[in-house]
Amino acid sequence: MSTSTSVWEKLGFRKASGVGEAGWGQTLFAGIVSLIYFLPVLIIIITSFKLQTEALAVPVKFFPTSFLGLIPEQYVFTPTLENFTSVFSRAFTTGGAAESTGFDRFFFNSMFIAGTSVLLALVIGTLAAYGFSRYPLKGNDTYLFIILTTRMLPAIVVIIPIILMFRVAGLSGSYAGIIFLYTAFNLPFTIWMMKSFFDELSPDVEDAARIDGSSELRVFFKVCLPQVVAGLAATFVFGLILTWNEFLFALLLTGVDTRTVPVAMNQAVAGGGIGVLWGLLAAIETLFLIPVFLVTFFLQNHLLRGVTFGTVKR
Amino acid sequence: MSTIEVKKITKKYGEFTAVKDADLSVKAGEVVCLLGPSGCGKTTTLRMIAGLERATEGDIIIAGKRMNDLPPEKRDIAMVFQFYALYPALNVGDNIAMPLHFEKLSKEEQDNRVNRVAKILHLTEVLDRMPGQVSEGEKQRIAVARAIVRDPNCFLFDEPLSRLDVELRHSMRGQIKEVLSNLSKATVIVTHDQLEALTMADRIAIMKDGMIEQVGTPHEVFAKPANVFVASFIGTPQMNLMEADLKSFGNGLASVALAGSAVEIAADPAVSKLKPSKVMIGIRPRAFTAEASARKDTIHAQAELIEPMGAETLVHARTKTGGDIRVVVQRNQRIRIGEIMHLKPDPKQTHFFGENGRAVRS
Repeated sequence: MSTSTSVWEKLGFRKASGVGEAGWGQTLFAGIVSLIYFLPVLIIIITSFKLQTEALAVPVKFFPTSFLGLIPEQYVFTPTLENFTSVFSRAFTTGGAAESTGFDRFFFNSMFIAGTSVLLALVIGTLAAYGFSRYPLKGNDTYLFIILTTRMLPAIVVIIPIILMFRVAGLSGSYAGIIFLYTAFNLPFTIWMMKSFFDELSPDVEDAARIDGSSELRVFFKVCLPQVVAGLAATFVFGLILTWNEFLFALLLTGVDTRTVPVAMNQAVAGGGIGVLWGLLAAIETLFLIPVFLVTFFLQNHLLRGVTFGTVKR
Repeated sequence: MSTIEVKKITKKYGEFTAVKDADLSVKAGEVVCLLGPSGCGKTTTLRMIAGLERATEGDIIIAGKRMNDLPPEKRDIAMVFQFYALYPALNVGDNIAMPLHFEKLSKEEQDNRVNRVAKILHLTEVLDRMPGQVSEGEKQRIAVARAIVRDPNCFLFDEPLSRLDVELRHSMRGQIKEVLSNLSKATVIVTHDQLEALTMADRIAIMKDGMIEQVGTPHEVFAKPANVFVASFIGTPQMNLMEADLKSFGNGLASVALAGSAVEIAADPAVSKLKPSKVMIGIRPRAFTAEASARKDTIHAQAELIEPMGAETLVHARTKTGGDIRVVVQRNQRIRIGEIMHLKPDPKQTHFFGENGRAVRS
């Protein structure tokens, strides 16, 4: 290797040794790319603090303060919390008392429905996955494949029969109905993900527990389950994100009382006849981001282990 | 009584027979090693004794009770696994205490027992650590501690030392042997390492292709191998096995055409019953003496490759017919490459195997 400094090295892109920490150029580059990815979220958060006129202004008003006159006036907006208060109650343009928008209810619905169905799917799916992994049926792979086929069709294809079935069963618009549907919708990948986690465990440990006098139940709860906590966390977050953001089924199968935020959001911002209320939309979205963000944040250590599980040889 | 009795057990996986008609009996206080190459069915046999696999046929009797249909947790046994199988979510102390869970002991009594075995196996310092934070040797000792913390019917070890480095393996062999000798339980150890088997076992069962080839004391299997496989498997360097033509037998001497030389060797009287035929002659590398000149009882060979092994030197020599012959000589005996050797086999250590591969012995 030559000892002279190459152009790339001068730009901070590669250390002379070729290993170790990244150069400052690489770090900067990664930062810029990350920023581009994060930009939509950033714009939403910024917009949620703007009034309608500022939200529509061109050029974009990007900064909440002028940083002591550093930023030209036309790029600066005045932050306001009005959007956030009007998510939950709103004075109508015609005047009069503030009226509830029902969004507190919708947020509760989203959390309740997504939380319950993902947890249910996790419980059922983990048990099923353990079964598939440890007590394989004849034609085990075929069963697993069939389970996955239920997720191969786009939702729009299966929605009509499902609506009809829900009508007949009287499940339309009820919590039970949508939770049931989401549980079924989460089960296939829960089973697949959890099965792969169980497959990775050393069967010796379970055998040892059996010889040490543990019943099958104890083997599962005391020995297997603690080893797949990372997997449970990863599967939970994955399911939560999918369910939390689901729109189509929620639109067609929830009623006024059981409406989830994505559906309500659509109706709240588009209905007024005065165009999209960008500030309000952004405020709902910002609030909508928080729960999933928090869950992911608190589970991130487990998540990292979860997604890298099995990629490193024992 | 702590005994294990295995009667004609067979394990089939579909068409494949992993173990066939294996018989084994282990007395209280006896250590039996199942020894064999990879895939010979020794681990399967052990797992059937443990109840982790069901025997297709045959009986498994532990402590005088037929246990074929009992799950492992009802058999009251302790097993040490090849990869230790420690519970990753429990600390070392809880790992060792796990088998005590079902004995309904007070917390105090549990702690006492754990501390006692931890002391025996020098684990007191690591009781609070997690399995991921201890060394390989400690993991192995934890696995042993977990087995001896209870008072089971018998002990089963599946390749207990295979993951340790040479030095550790050496010291653990001694430690395990010592621990076992104080327990007077029937013990079965599975291993593919003959040194481990020869040093730890009271008796060795040598397996090949799902069949037990020979059961005997370490001395017996070494000095009196029952067949060609056992002869070739036990002992390092490997026994020389040479095809020979048995011409005649008289006055306790067998005349054979061996490796291009006509040789007369003192042989077991049972050899006299053989008709002149093809036989296999087995001679251990340490059973040769080099003579100064060719004699009636020497084999002619030319030294080809010299491997010093420390105290001794291993010489690979080429016979007249092109066969390879391994000879171990003392370090001070200098052999040069290309040198012609006249090798006289020790008749007491020369084994005749008939056409069926079985040893011919009275």
